[in-house]
Amino acid sequence: MDLGIYRRRQLVNFWGLLTSMLAMAIGLAVLFWILFVLFSNGFASLDWNMFTKDTPAPGTEGGGLRNAIVGSLMIVGLTVLVATPVGILAGIYMAEYGDTSLTANITRFVTDIMLSAPSIVIGLFVYAIAVATLGTFSGYAGSLALTLIAIPVVMRTTENMLRLVPGSLREAAFALGAPRWKVSMSVTLRAAKNGVITGLLLSVARISGETAPLLFTALNNQFFNSDMSSPMANLPVVIFQFAMSPYENWIRLAWGGALIVTMAVLLLNILARIFFRSKQTT
Amino acid sequence: MTTTISKSNLHAVVRRQRFQDAIFHRLTQVFSLLVLLALAGIIVSLFINAWPTFQKFGFKFIWYVEWDIINEEFGAAIAIVGTLASAGIAMLFAVPLAFGIAVFLTETCPVWLRRPLGTAIELLAAVPSIIYGMFGLFVFAPIFADYVQMPLRDLMAGMPLVGSLFSGAINGMGILAAGIVLAFMVLPFVAAVMRDVFEITPSILRESAYGLGCTTWEVVRKIVLPYTQKGVIGGIMLGLGRALGETMAVTFVIGNANRMPTSLFSPGTSIASTLANEFGEAADFHITSLFALGFMLFIITFMVLAAAKIMINRAEKAKGF
Repeated sequence: MDLGIYRRRQLVNFWGLLTSMLAMAIGLAVLFWILFVLFSNGFASLDWNMFTKDTPAPGTEGGGLRNAIVGSLMIVGLTVLVATPVGILAGIYMAEYGDTSLTANITRFVTDIMLSAPSIVIGLFVYAIAVATLGTFSGYAGSLALTLIAIPVVMRTTENMLRLVPGSLREAAFALGAPRWKVSMSVTLRAAKNGVITGLLLSVARISGETAPLLFTALNNQFFNSDMSSPMANLPVVIFQFAMSPYENWIRLAWGGALIVTMAVLLLNILARIFFRSKQTT
Repeated sequence: MTTTISKSNLHAVVRRQRFQDAIFHRLTQVFSLLVLLALAGIIVSLFINAWPTFQKFGFKFIWYVEWDIINEEFGAAIAIVGTLASAGIAMLFAVPLAFGIAVFLTETCPVWLRRPLGTAIELLAAVPSIIYGMFGLFVFAPIFADYVQMPLRDLMAGMPLVGSLFSGAINGMGILAAGIVLAFMVLPFVAAVMRDVFEITPSILRESAYGLGCTTWEVVRKIVLPYTQKGVIGGIMLGLGRALGETMAVTFVIGNANRMPTSLFSPGTSIASTLANEFGEAADFHITSLFALGFMLFIITFMVLAAAKIMINRAEKAKGF
């Protein structure tokens, strides 16, 4: 046996695997570095004022993020209310009726692309149809933009989860004489419940951090406002404006806001995983 | 209690259920078609709003090197170059790293560690892009200026051609910095897709290769990679699509200057960051030009993402081995 060739192959293997391990280490290092920076800056700036006071005017001291937190919750809340039924029903169609028709296949393809489409363009689109025509930036417009981003997420996960439901379950229900809508709503959807909830949580996580589509739709508002038909403060846009500003207390607030948003997003992701796993074990 | 169902009753029930089913079918169909409607709406509305600009400049808009708000002279070249350069640099860094991570997660990693490490990478993908932007601006840029830009400039200063690529202001911002921050952002997406397609490789192929005495690296290079080629390319294109359209991670660090970048350190602008910075204060012709930029961004990313999706679909079809 030619030991030279053998040794060279071993060496290539060793270096190849070593670099792959290094790549993994770099990936993890970046994750922990970002989280460390976020936590150390975020917790340093976190206090009660953040939740009880509104965003400060330029050059004034103190202030908090109350209006932005409330605005974000309202915009995201409305989005969830709209996107959940639409996304789930659309997902049911794709899973139960969407195998044969060409339109359904095109829809599936387009949905997959919309999952990664640039969110700032969605913002432009909503500006064109809702802000420019009505003449005012509004919380509703922001919510519309987020809905367009959330629907594909809910739709695709719902479809995938429904496809995991064994066909025999559907057939059993049909054999009992149940109409199709009842089979979909109370048999398959119920069987896929945890998976669908996973999709919902992931969609909320996805839209909670979206900044670009809100820039020209919900805009921002320095004051507390619970009227969604006017411009509304929201965490991502406030973070964007404050982080780019020259004021020290604004930058501090931006870190606090960034911490709140990231914690919420990571928490939703972890919850989604727990839900998904509990489905797999039962 | 007994209920007797007469024949006519039964017919009524069946008819009612048929009707309900038809409604259910159409209702769900309408909701699923909303996505197509949104796509058509985006393309049409952006094009209509961009029309005055397209009308004035024609195709010249694409390669016209000017973005002069006061004199209303607009061209997309600067933003397009910035977008392509930052996304290209991002892929240059992200692809090898993602490949390494995918190889590690599917081949070398002890099985009990695979899930937690995979989850960690997926969580990295969940971090909102604005966090990457802030991280880039406040933490990465200063370090980058001191430990990468300065040494690189000093090292390359005397060299012909290459030297000018590494000249310019040292402040941690610019095309290269934006590209690296973007690389961090798309890394988890690309890595996750690569890992998923690597797992598609039938274990029979893998085991046969090991049985012939292949090393792990040879299995990856000569069995897994050829088998999953399309999926890997699809994953890379998916990352590219994300990188091209990303707003926040880029806007914070690219420097936002409407000048043609001359070196890797010079500040530039991407389509998305131009939109984010200028749209709020724009009016008239400026706004239609921004719509034109947005339209082009959407078309470019749509094509890249569509190609990515086709590749990944083909890779998954090959799964039925």
